[in-house]
Amino acid sequence: MKYDLVVGLETHVELNTKTKIFCNCANKFGSEPNTNCCPICIGLPGTLPKLNRQVVNFAIKAALALNCEVSLVSKMDRKNYVYPDLPKAYQISQFYEPICKNGYIELDSGKKIRINHIHMEEDAAKLVYKSGDTYVDYNRGGVPLLEVVTEPDISSSEEAAEYLEKLQMIMRYIGVSDCRMQEGSIKCDVNVSVKPEGSEKLGTRTEIKNMNSITFMVKAIDYERERHIELIENGGKVEQQTLRYLPETNSTESMRSKEDAQDYRYFRDPDLVDIVLRKDQIEEIRNTLPELPDVRLKKYVNEFGIAEKEAMLLVKYKNVSDYFEKSIKGLKNAKTVSNFIIGQIFRSLETEAEKEEFKILTTPSQMNELVKLIESGKLNMNLAKKALIKMLESGKPVTEFVSESDMQGISPEEMKKLCEEAIKSNENAVKDYLSGKEKALKALLGCVMKQTRGRGNAQEIESMLKGLIR
Amino acid sequence: MSAQKRGIIKRVNSMLAKKEISCKELTQKYLDEIKKSELNAYISLSEDEAMASAENVDKKISSGEEVDVLAGIPMTLKDNISTSGIETTCASKILRGYRPIYDASAWKTLKDKGAVLLGKTNMDEFAMGSSCENSCIGGAKNPHNTGYVTGGSSGGGASAVAGNIAAYALGSDTGGSIRQPASFCGIVGLKPTYGSVSRYGLIAYGSGFDQIGPLTQTAEDASIIFDAIAGYDPMDSTSNPNYEPNSYESLNNDIKGLKIGIPKEYYDGVDEEVRKPIEEAMKVYESLGAKIEHFSLPEVKYTLPVYYILVCAEAASNLARFDGVRYGYRTEHYKDINEMMCKTRSEGFGAEVKRRILLGNYVLSSGYYDAYYKKAQNLRKVIMSAFYEAFKKYDVLLTPVSPTTAFPANKSYSNPQEIYLADICTVPVNTVGIPGISVPCGFDSKGLPIGMQILGDKFSESKILNVAHKYEIATDYVNNKCLDMGVRL
Repeated sequence: MKYDLVVGLETHVELNTKTKIFCNCANKFGSEPNTNCCPICIGLPGTLPKLNRQVVNFAIKAALALNCEVSLVSKMDRKNYVYPDLPKAYQISQFYEPICKNGYIELDSGKKIRINHIHMEEDAAKLVYKSGDTYVDYNRGGVPLLEVVTEPDISSSEEAAEYLEKLQMIMRYIGVSDCRMQEGSIKCDVNVSVKPEGSEKLGTRTEIKNMNSITFMVKAIDYERERHIELIENGGKVEQQTLRYLPETNSTESMRSKEDAQDYRYFRDPDLVDIVLRKDQIEEIRNTLPELPDVRLKKYVNEFGIAEKEAMLLVKYKNVSDYFEKSIKGLKNAKTVSNFIIGQIFRSLETEAEKEEFKILTTPSQMNELVKLIESGKLNMNLAKKALIKMLESGKPVTEFVSESDMQGISPEEMKKLCEEAIKSNENAVKDYLSGKEKALKALLGCVMKQTRGRGNAQEIESMLKGLIR
Repeated sequence: MSAQKRGIIKRVNSMLAKKEISCKELTQKYLDEIKKSELNAYISLSEDEAMASAENVDKKISSGEEVDVLAGIPMTLKDNISTSGIETTCASKILRGYRPIYDASAWKTLKDKGAVLLGKTNMDEFAMGSSCENSCIGGAKNPHNTGYVTGGSSGGGASAVAGNIAAYALGSDTGGSIRQPASFCGIVGLKPTYGSVSRYGLIAYGSGFDQIGPLTQTAEDASIIFDAIAGYDPMDSTSNPNYEPNSYESLNNDIKGLKIGIPKEYYDGVDEEVRKPIEEAMKVYESLGAKIEHFSLPEVKYTLPVYYILVCAEAASNLARFDGVRYGYRTEHYKDINEMMCKTRSEGFGAEVKRRILLGNYVLSSGYYDAYYKKAQNLRKVIMSAFYEAFKKYDVLLTPVSPTTAFPANKSYSNPQEIYLADICTVPVNTVGIPGISVPCGFDSKGLPIGMQILGDKFSESKILNVAHKYEIATDYVNNKCLDMGVRL
């Protein structure tokens, strides 16, 4: 029998606000343990939370970028559970009335993955296991999170990966999160079930907790899919449970079963007032939203004629795309910049993180100057590429590396003269060419190019040579 | 006698200003009397801190510096109000040894004005109770008759003020915890509007109900304290950003034409002895030109179950953090963290606290939330609108504080409901979020004090303090009886 895979994702996105969600402590990754905390975020008796306005603004930004409705009134609730990383023994979250509802992310196929809601909440502290003991680092306690919850619309591990990449990209574009998976600033819980192909009824689901790598998430989904199918085929039943993925063995293990499921006893947090928004506040935030990756992608492909694959590479990293946008001002052919970025610059930026950061010495205006010289015919591509390498190494402008004479280009008369000289002094090559050896022309071309010191345009020279020989 | 009873705060302030007594001398007097006292009003003393602040005030006064009216006045805080560096236990074993690292906002305000903190006062554990007997050190005693309870939960504060071993006290009121002990001990207790005094630093019992307020000799004193501690605090999101209290200014306003509503449901099942002086008070008000009108407020009868469901739910969540990990008591013997937490909580909490935690978790648990918590929340709104309607017709409401006077100490109850029922007159104020003040209005045949309660609309503290003050003046403070004990000034 064939089966449909049904996947829903709950993604936690850590916001990069300056301070935590309910106090003035710094929201900073990598500080000395327990240095970014205060009576409020360590949950001392008598302390009260006060909601960071910036978190609300970021949630609204995310809502608008993910096509959600923003609730004009939303509330904070307490999620009660006991764990050493949660000093109040409840997490302040939104359960009954979240700030955003009903959005979607559109995949490349055009399929829409619906978002049920987005809510704001605080992160728990971090447990550090060291030589048999467990330590608590409260720096992360109270860091603001958005939880983005989809409908079970995802039907393959590839779709899940694409959804997550897109979500990551959008969050970075609107500047609310760094979305660094390795630092845990984005992670997700994956709900997986299978059902007979075409069936309306959903199967029993399992939930894989805390996936912090797209690669492992794909593997975990594929593993669970196979496990569910095998269970069903062998007459067994899938048990509803919470799982942990083990990368070493590419398998999952149970954390707790449905019977042990927590009863979170959600109720409205009486310490916080309703979050009431006005429509004009929301519109104001809408006006600050940058151009989103989907819009840019379409522009690059349709208006600039950049191949989709390359356009996607540009769009994928916000810093790259922003650099590209700044560099192409006033240019006839944006594609040249795209080629330089993907063909030249990316070579020195090996990791995803390096590309994401896109820290290069050449400024967008220097890039723009370089391409303008090409477009005005003053500099040929060959010299331009060589100059770019030096520019990237030094951060100096193109004018430092090409001379006046380089930029004068070469007149048709001079080119003709050089071609004639080459033909004269390479009789054998001419003979070969005339006898059908196309390659022989390359020798002539090389000879001319050498004389122009690279200023000549190879195509033009080649056609001129052909004309003269004939 | 009556002259003595007029506002102790102004009196002490003037004595200090005229250098009739130094602040250090005065503070020492109080500390000496506290140590001699058998009222069990205090959980802990902060002698060093008290003498240091007293010295500070003395210096300022002798150098001619202008000081606040509250500077140098010896006072106390209920032991659930956080005091930096000073043990704060909520009268619970589970917080034994806990020294907060920050000051509650209300205390910080008074401290900055030069208040002298004598110590922390006794209470029902985590403010849960109405006798003060649910305290890990045993209940405070009623200065009018030590065989009777002080009421609670702010029993220690009420006992200290009535017994003249503190000029005034700050308590907290979640369901009557300021007003009822004030009534039992024959002093004034003000429960302010929810949102008028910052809750920051008050160890939470029912977060949506708790309010800090003063326990004082007179309405005038209550007004001075209230004006000092009320107002917006950015640390408390539920505090009103637009409220600037100035009740003292209107304390002597004429109350001619004032409409006083008498909600009859409050008087059902109230002792004849308690009812009588309140009816006398109505006559006093009529003689001052106020209009008395009886009416029905039937929604009041839903308040007790609504209150207990909601407040226990919040308490269960608020008290979940006391686990022995970071501060306070930790059990001695345990195998792992789960056992440590279980044993710490089992040993650290008293019976009443455990009962309310269980009840609270029950009404929030999956499958029961709709039947209890949600229903109670909806009913709370119904009760609120009934009161708002009443305040469209009446300026204030006049009711009893408690159906009885103080009950005998160490009385055993077969059913906790019996005790909960005694809260019937006080819990509506917290459920609705309005202010209420308890004012002494007489004594029963045993000589125990009786209080009456004046309720006002939200943020109408000025009005109810004015109404209370006018009564005290009209009756020449005859019911604010000064006991012959403690520090006599």
